[in-house]
Amino acid sequence: MSGDATMQVSVWRSGDGKEGFQTFDAPRREHQTVLDVVTWIQQHADPSLAYRFACRVGMCGSCAMMVNGQPRWTCRTHVSRVLKDGRLEIAPLRNLPVIRDLATDMTPFFEKWVAAEAVFAPSESREAPMAPIKPDDPRRVAADAAIECINCAVCYAACDVVASNPEYLGPAALNRAWTLANDARDGGQKARLDAISKAGGCHNCHSMGNCMTFCPNELNPTASIAGLKRATVKAALGWGKG
Amino acid sequence: MLTLRLYLLQRVTAILMAPLVLGHIAVMIYAVQDGLTAAEILGRTQGSLGWMLFYGVFVVAVAIHAAIGLRVIVAETLGLRGAGLNVFAWGAGLLLLALGLRAVWAVTA
Repeated sequence: MSGDATMQVSVWRSGDGKEGFQTFDAPRREHQTVLDVVTWIQQHADPSLAYRFACRVGMCGSCAMMVNGQPRWTCRTHVSRVLKDGRLEIAPLRNLPVIRDLATDMTPFFEKWVAAEAVFAPSESREAPMAPIKPDDPRRVAADAAIECINCAVCYAACDVVASNPEYLGPAALNRAWTLANDARDGGQKARLDAISKAGGCHNCHSMGNCMTFCPNELNPTASIAGLKRATVKAALGWGKG
Repeated sequence: MLTLRLYLLQRVTAILMAPLVLGHIAVMIYAVQDGLTAAEILGRTQGSLGWMLFYGVFVVAVAIHAAIGLRVIVAETLGLRGAGLNVFAWGAGLLLLALGLRAVWAVTA
């Protein structure tokens, strides 16, 4: 790629009472990520641009943004994969309040993790011996499939149910609840199933699969939510262990 | 907005409706093989407790199932919430129930 190739980048700006897209000409480089582009704009074009990132290697889940209308982890999204007609449009994550420019307020997202009881509830003290859980135990296998979430909120931004029903707990919180529902050491199952059976609970999922499509770690929250629906129905009907 | 109770009600009514719909279609196909007049159909259904129960259960299941489905659609697309949403859902369910039971009564009583 030649050194002086450029691309048009429209970046959402808000704060100070104004909002709208601002267009920058940024250099187009080989192996460039979307986060590289945002960083270039902040360092070379407008230092007042607000955005959030930390690890730059797809571990921390803090740099997710809407790129050409779709939620992406920007540090691992190569520009070559998403560039449309030589243009990029970068906006803050959907379904979350915006603090300023590209930085969203993640508070509602994490509050829903708490509301879904998506936190480990120990059933033993720290002095108890380690619980033996075999790697091929079916519940461990189910938890394994869902456990690599990095809390990036890409699924939350992709979810049309969240968009139309702000009460809905969302794919990430419910996916985490599913890993805990399969944790033999967890003692909070009843409270968790009650928490995810309320008005904004797992039963609102339409199984559209946007979360599964966009999850950067290729998790399947749709399947996790389906598992939770089965677990709540089994528990409500008294069929074995939820 | 869809709680476990509403979710279960909608699934249970779907399970009820599935065999009733298949039964209805099967009887329709069988009954019209040699041609049937309205009078002949009414002759078989009127006074039949079996057909009254068959279509009565179907109408009750439809009213519950459809009202819950409409409740979700109206909430998600029009943003209706709270008491207004409940009034809408109950109204839709009761309207479907009244219309359906009226038809069942007319054909089987």
